[in-house]
Amino acid sequence: MHAHPPEHRIDEDTRSAVLAELAALLPASALLVDFEDLKPYECDGLTAYRQLPMAVALPADEAQAVAVLRACHRHGVPVVARGAGTGLSGGATPVNDGVVLSLARFMRILEVDPLARTARVQPGVRNTAISEAAAPFGLYYAPDPSSQIACTIGGNVAENSGGVHCLKYGLTVHNILKLRVALIDGEIVEIGGDALDGPGYDLLAVMVGSEGMLGVVLEATVKLTPKPQVAQVVMASFDDVIKAGNAVADIIAAGIIPAGLEMMDKPATAAVEDFVHAGYDLSAEAILLAESDGTPEEVAEEIAAMRAVLEKAGARELRVSQNEAERLKFWAGRKAAFPAVGRITPDYLCMDGTIPRKHLAHVLTEIARLAQRYGLRCANVFHAGDGNLHPLIMFDASVPDELERATELGSRILELSVDVGGTITGEHGVGIEKVQQMCVQFSREELEAFHALKEAFDPKRLLNPGKAVPTPRRCSEYRLTGSAK
Amino acid sequence: MSDLSQQFAARIRAAAGPLVLRGRGSKDFYGNAPQGEALDVSGHRGIVAYEPTELVITARAGTPLAEIEAALAEKGQMLAFEPPHFGEGATSSATLGGCVAAGLSGPRRATAGAVRDYVLGVKLLDGQARELNFGGQVMKNVAGYDVSRLIAGSLGTLGLILEVSLKVLPRPVAEATLRFDLPEAKALETMNQWAGKPLPVSATAWCDDVLTLRLSGARAAVAAAVEKLGGALVAASEASQFWAGLREQQLDYFAGDEALWRLSLPSTAAPADLPGATFIEWGGSQRWLRGDIDAGHVREVAAKLGGHATLFRGGDKSVGVFHPLAPALAALNARVRSALDPRKVFDTGRL
Repeated sequence: MHAHPPEHRIDEDTRSAVLAELAALLPASALLVDFEDLKPYECDGLTAYRQLPMAVALPADEAQAVAVLRACHRHGVPVVARGAGTGLSGGATPVNDGVVLSLARFMRILEVDPLARTARVQPGVRNTAISEAAAPFGLYYAPDPSSQIACTIGGNVAENSGGVHCLKYGLTVHNILKLRVALIDGEIVEIGGDALDGPGYDLLAVMVGSEGMLGVVLEATVKLTPKPQVAQVVMASFDDVIKAGNAVADIIAAGIIPAGLEMMDKPATAAVEDFVHAGYDLSAEAILLAESDGTPEEVAEEIAAMRAVLEKAGARELRVSQNEAERLKFWAGRKAAFPAVGRITPDYLCMDGTIPRKHLAHVLTEIARLAQRYGLRCANVFHAGDGNLHPLIMFDASVPDELERATELGSRILELSVDVGGTITGEHGVGIEKVQQMCVQFSREELEAFHALKEAFDPKRLLNPGKAVPTPRRCSEYRLTGSAK
Repeated sequence: MSDLSQQFAARIRAAAGPLVLRGRGSKDFYGNAPQGEALDVSGHRGIVAYEPTELVITARAGTPLAEIEAALAEKGQMLAFEPPHFGEGATSSATLGGCVAAGLSGPRRATAGAVRDYVLGVKLLDGQARELNFGGQVMKNVAGYDVSRLIAGSLGTLGLILEVSLKVLPRPVAEATLRFDLPEAKALETMNQWAGKPLPVSATAWCDDVLTLRLSGARAAVAAAVEKLGGALVAASEASQFWAGLREQQLDYFAGDEALWRLSLPSTAAPADLPGATFIEWGGSQRWLRGDIDAGHVREVAAKLGGHATLFRGGDKSVGVFHPLAPALAALNARVRSALDPRKVFDTGRL
């Protein structure tokens, strides 16, 4: 196995000292130390890797959270911040002998300002809860990762989460105005502001997507977006993935930025159709969903334009949603793609590379070839508008060697993404899962710069250690042994 | 490394004090007076890759912004953040590197986003003359800390930008500009109300009790909004002159040598109780102020309103061009700077 939970050892004296201190700081219900209480925290959405922490702290307010950080900092104990634990790359996997700082109790929406179109929320607030609170004002929070019912805004900030609408509405980094952050030594800094920019360096850009390694978000001010009046989706089926890929380029070339532009290949369509009965064309090699939103006039114009482009691009069947129920039905399959694949295989690994779209055909062909070589099946779900590809590698962990083969196949796919000019992770983060592949994407000097930046925030390297940025030594080992293409 | 970047690297290695990076000087007026030896980087130019259907352009830092905009226009695309050139004369001298380093955005900023929102990747020479790549040429990329966006607006104090990749967008099909007679407080309220509705607003400007509004988007959407909002329709040629004049600060309001303050405020902040003529942009978020007003006072008022104040042009720079940071944040900024440039090669004090 390539990835493994990071390790950190502290001595017995430190352990009992820090536990005693935490017990004094927190009510008994806010400090978990027993095996059965710690068990639910042993992994996040990357369930293949598990590690029990030394303790889980569940502070109820800022003072308690800061006190926990200070105590851990003083004793040199690692801290892993955690939201809902839906992350897919092991960003919230505990460190042994470390403390998990759960922000689950920070679940208040502090303020919704409809005129300024902002919401100030605590980090444990769920993504959809923000949109629900904003709905009475005709507003919503735009980034919509597929885990949005469960995932928290604190986690979204840590991962710079995207979603199916981010080509038009941006990622988390485009939708956050201000963060109230605790550094590991307990110091509070406010980054960004209520205006559109703040003085000094754009540290907001660095905080968003920093995978909990620079600071702990205690409060976030997010932008709210006016809810489009209507949305409509075109579903197109193609007898060839290359044609479907070209159709996406044609839509962009026609000057259209669809609200959503998603592709699924045949294995993915088969898995979801069986699950949600969305009415997908099962004989198609690729299905494309292209959504338009805005005013009724705008949507009518854009849908007509997209229909024309898709027809010309060789779509063999085109269906336009005729009402909201149908639109949601078309989307249901795409949104349920991961669980649907989960139904037809005991286990799966979800990859997350982004590629320049023009290389789609090459990449999909290569993935099929590699999957065959490793004796595994793979379904592909593609945020076609922005090039973010999610190959779902199916395997059975109970078969000796299959997790290892799946992991290797995943590594090869990520290296392929880098080879064509893309990245190993578009929206799921590096975590522990892809930490080795960082050695492929970045040079030793670039990784050194990341480490230096980390130390500017966290000199003792206690926040989420061992994640996201590999040590030079780990890269040397990986380059020697891991990257056999 | 190309010949020029090798020369830059040699200069960095040999530097005994800070190097002041400079393109063609269109934004020399901006920021604190930099201390150090000048390094002209404008020769490192040319578009490296432009893929209209990928919505990405990559160019060397010395590439004239005008050249990039022309290449995009040819394919019906644009830099959505409408960067001001601030170049002298008929031909703009602004470069891509200067645009990103200054981090300034134009009239579309409130609805489309800022420079930093469109930066996808940078290639840098750091203070140790190492060539580093951050981000890339794709829209979604969360591998490693987002150093490329951090570079936007850093005024050359973190590293030497060699190349930048930017996300580009299609130009809107239709555009219309409307004018309304509204006093300041009412204009602020109106702009915020409109911004909360699904309207294709792409820019706002208020001055002298007149609110000018630009709508951009699909033909039908713009037509419907014009119908809905009323106001006086401005002729297309006059409108495009107005918005270009605003972007380049060539409107009458910006003429003369009087100090120009930039207040960056929450869009809903009340009218600032300060002397001097006001010009409002970005739906209320960017407010200009003319006059030699006491810096401490401007900053106090801006801070009370929830924002900050920059001495943008002219005036007495000894008061510090940028709003002072809270102590903890200032210390963090300093640590970030020295983390990326421990030899202080780019520590010119301009930011």
